[in-house]
Amino acid sequence: MNGGGDAEVASPAGPPQSLEWKFSQVFGERTAGEEVQEVDIISAIEFDKTGDHLATGDRGGRVVLFERTDTRHHGFRRDLERMDNPISRHPEFRYKTEFQSHEPEFDYLKSLEIEEKINKIRWCQTANSALFLLSTNDKTIKFWKVQEKKVKKICEMNVDPSRVGNGNVASSSVTAGVKPYLANGVCPERSYNYLSNDFAFSPGGIPSLHLPVVVASHETSLVAKCRRIYAHAHDYHINSISNNSDGETFISADDLRINLWNLEISNQSFNIVDVKPANMEDLTEVITSAEFHPTHCNMLAYSSSKGSIRLIDLRQSALCDNHTKLFEEQEAPGSRSFFTEIIASISDIKFGKNGRYILSRDYMTLKLWDINMDAGPVATFQVHEYLRPKLCDLYENDSIFDKFECCLSGDGLRVATGSYSNLFRVFGVMSGSTEASTLEASKNPMRRQVQTPSRPSRSLSSLTRVVRRDSPGVDTNGNAFDFTTKLLHLAWHPTENSIACAAANSLYMYYA
Amino acid sequence: MAMIDEPLYPIAVLIDELKNEDIQLRLNSIRRLSTIARALGEERTRKELIPFLSENNDDDDEVLLAMAEELGVFIPYVGGVEYAHVLLPPLETLCTVEETCVRDKAVESLCRIGAQMKENDLVDWFIPLVKRLAAGEWFTARVSSCGLFHIAYPSAPEMLKTELRSIYSQLCQDDMPMVRRSAASNLGKFAATVEPTHLKTDIMSIFEDLTQDDQDSVRLLAVEGCAALGKLLEPQDCVAHILPVIVNFSQDKSWRVRYMVANQLYELCEAVGPEPTRTDLVPAYVRLLRDNEAEVRIAAAGKVTKFCRILNPQLAIQHILPCVKELSSDSSQHVRSALASVIMGMAPVLGKDATIEQLLPIFLSLLKDEFPDVRLNIISKLDQVNQVIGIDLLSQSLLPAIVELAEDRHWRVRLAIIEYIPLLASQLGVGFFDDKLGALCMQWLEDKVYSIRDAAANNLKRLAEEFGPDWAMQHIIPQVLEMINNPHYLYRMTILHAISLLAPVMGSEITCSKLLPVVINSSKDRVPNIKFNVAKVLQSLIPIVDQSVVEQTIRPCLVELSEDPDVDVRFFASQALQTSDQVMMSS
Repeated sequence: MNGGGDAEVASPAGPPQSLEWKFSQVFGERTAGEEVQEVDIISAIEFDKTGDHLATGDRGGRVVLFERTDTRHHGFRRDLERMDNPISRHPEFRYKTEFQSHEPEFDYLKSLEIEEKINKIRWCQTANSALFLLSTNDKTIKFWKVQEKKVKKICEMNVDPSRVGNGNVASSSVTAGVKPYLANGVCPERSYNYLSNDFAFSPGGIPSLHLPVVVASHETSLVAKCRRIYAHAHDYHINSISNNSDGETFISADDLRINLWNLEISNQSFNIVDVKPANMEDLTEVITSAEFHPTHCNMLAYSSSKGSIRLIDLRQSALCDNHTKLFEEQEAPGSRSFFTEIIASISDIKFGKNGRYILSRDYMTLKLWDINMDAGPVATFQVHEYLRPKLCDLYENDSIFDKFECCLSGDGLRVATGSYSNLFRVFGVMSGSTEASTLEASKNPMRRQVQTPSRPSRSLSSLTRVVRRDSPGVDTNGNAFDFTTKLLHLAWHPTENSIACAAANSLYMYYA
Repeated sequence: MAMIDEPLYPIAVLIDELKNEDIQLRLNSIRRLSTIARALGEERTRKELIPFLSENNDDDDEVLLAMAEELGVFIPYVGGVEYAHVLLPPLETLCTVEETCVRDKAVESLCRIGAQMKENDLVDWFIPLVKRLAAGEWFTARVSSCGLFHIAYPSAPEMLKTELRSIYSQLCQDDMPMVRRSAASNLGKFAATVEPTHLKTDIMSIFEDLTQDDQDSVRLLAVEGCAALGKLLEPQDCVAHILPVIVNFSQDKSWRVRYMVANQLYELCEAVGPEPTRTDLVPAYVRLLRDNEAEVRIAAAGKVTKFCRILNPQLAIQHILPCVKELSSDSSQHVRSALASVIMGMAPVLGKDATIEQLLPIFLSLLKDEFPDVRLNIISKLDQVNQVIGIDLLSQSLLPAIVELAEDRHWRVRLAIIEYIPLLASQLGVGFFDDKLGALCMQWLEDKVYSIRDAAANNLKRLAEEFGPDWAMQHIIPQVLEMINNPHYLYRMTILHAISLLAPVMGSEITCSKLLPVVINSSKDRVPNIKFNVAKVLQSLIPIVDQSVVEQTIRPCLVELSEDPDVDVRFFASQALQTSDQVMMSS
């Protein structure tokens, strides 16, 4: 693809080929002219650790689960066949189930409405056949268990249900519970007395009694049950939740604080980071995102509105107000403008799979940080540099405060993030890689693909060229953008090159 | 559809409800599983009920939890110990469910059953179960298996024992931290059943692996194992194997690990003997008392008395006391508070001289602490110091501390100090109390917060009990009765409440002559709430006073109240009248 890269191919880990992205699936596709309902807009996407399941959350407080259909049953033979066949199968998903995770609430003490919008979803350790996940809105985190249950039919009861008057069944049901109170203190249920322990059963038992017969059908139904609710721990809006690798704890972060929870205990949490100043007028920086290290249970990173990432070590102290490491980019002298601080705010951070790298997204760029190097990012990728002249407009219509998410591929070779006009970008991170694709969340993702010839970071010649010149929203430079259609949420499959991204209410899946 | 005889009807319904759609009804039935078993008889319980339960294990967690608990005591219903093994299959499935509390209960029940099973039954049924769980596909089964080894191991033949030990060591290296945690926390129990020779080799190497686990949460639990293992080992082995580990742990990078060490360290002193304690454990403990992390200091400070009790006084004075002095001015109020709650216990350990010389200044500075919890903690343990140095030395500093707490801004602090007043009164004696604290007790009766007024009334009663009716007659009753003229009805109500509490202590004579007239007078109050409280108080006075007084004074007043325009007053008055009728009838 480029000469410089090929020269180094002696080492097997040379820059990989640019990926050819293909459309795989869409869920909830909009028909032409259909208006998007606010509640249907997707607000969170997350693959589970195996990549066999995908969950989305929406503004209506619903969580929708998808399951992979193309693996699971393939055996050894299929693997062999696949090796012979260069066209590998890509992940395909199907709708599994959905449930209402959060409802709109009203905080009477603070006179605040609490939206039901799902801010984040995180998968927890699977046990037996049940799936577990955490979902959160602005205030309340919930722990869900989703399990397949066999549909069962009960037959051969001792007592013919049709023969029993309603009154009788009802009264027998209260026997062990609350006894109906009568003025004379005598329980009205004559039969109840038989159940007291002094009633002598014959030692051989009573032959006429039998257990109900349960007939299990092959049908199963998925049942989602809320196992725990972690509430009342956040004064501000929760922006992230993250599981710990120890399998028993997780964190939740709001604008000013990070709390540590045990999954089993919902009535207490420990505050581990608190950046709230004594006087709120001194507030200059808020927490925007937080994530646990994927393998070291004691490490977590959080990002701030000033563009810094702090790595903290839970072993050091109970209240981690002092960071272990601070990652910040020195701003270039003279480049300061009114927007500098606003666009420096980090909207999302993600650890790479092995925990060495942290990917961060601010308004204009993606940055990749090596946790062993706090002098600056190892790579910077311009996401939509053509918007820089328009920052003023974007500020006026509040788009500048949009929170774009970012993600890394499972192999750590590529990163992706969203932009406006339902576009998202994929960059190669290996040194020497020039991969920088622009894709559109539609059935034809490569329609807008732009190949930038040189490495995008710190490069003056990285002008974004444009393919389509006939678009109605084209500006004077020929760049099309529509800031009402923004692609905020996307997730990379943990093991394969497959991306799920949300364009309003539609979930698009691509593979390469 | 079988026709059920009338007397069997309730039990039939109970059985049917095992499968009712309503979870509450299913729970009911499960909770009465023993009744169902008795109705079916032992044989059918074994052949039908238990298999039925094994198959129907996808119920709600609440039902499964109840089932796990019931099965633990089910041996009598299946025909005794020789059939105990039939209970294992349903519990085995319950050991694999996702919900931790269900698994824990199932393990508990299995242990309970296993402990009663015969040796060869254990080998035939129980040990294979443990092995199956330990090899389970999901971590849930493996987590549960860790808690069963100590039951299975003792009756296993030699070959199996070797296998069980190696399985356990595999569990300690499981991929899932949950399994390693479970193995770590059950290690002590398992180790107690293992023969000494294997203890030193196999178990110690398992233990060493756990102490080097990279998950904090696992290492934490290994600390707990230290004390348990230490007690099993010979002192010299303990010194050789456990001591270095605990000293290492006391300098672990993770504060949570050091916190656990601070909590457990004193338990190890006895296991290693006096000399290693002096050379290794005391320095380790001193380090923890001076730890950077406040949480660790809190834990260490909270154990200072327990630790000193094990040491000889000389060592305590030389090494621990200087740290205690530092902690008494620690920057964290929680550290000072933890210290204050135990430091009084050091007085008997150190003896009179050292206490006066060294501890007293610390007590005094903690008594002046700006944080109320610290002061409260000192005051609550006053009796301990009294036994050593007498209260006189303290009393001068005590009084300002008490007065300040009595007037604290936070009502919970005021409440806490009121609760200690009877204790203080008994320690300080009548003389001191009269002068300084009597006025405070009266002041609380007029507090703005109801809970304080309520506690103040109770306090008066306890004081009257402590010092006797004569004293109360002189120091409490006049002041209390004076307050019945308070313009605010809520305060008058408090006084009525105080009277009803004091009356039984004061006895019939004083009640009739002093208390009753005040109550009767209040029945003319303009506020209905006072009037119905009068009715309630009068009701409580009926058993105390003579029949004649009831007839002549109480009943006429109640009769009058029972014709009051206010409905509540009438209600309570007629209730009181009913009581007096009953008392009359019975006498």
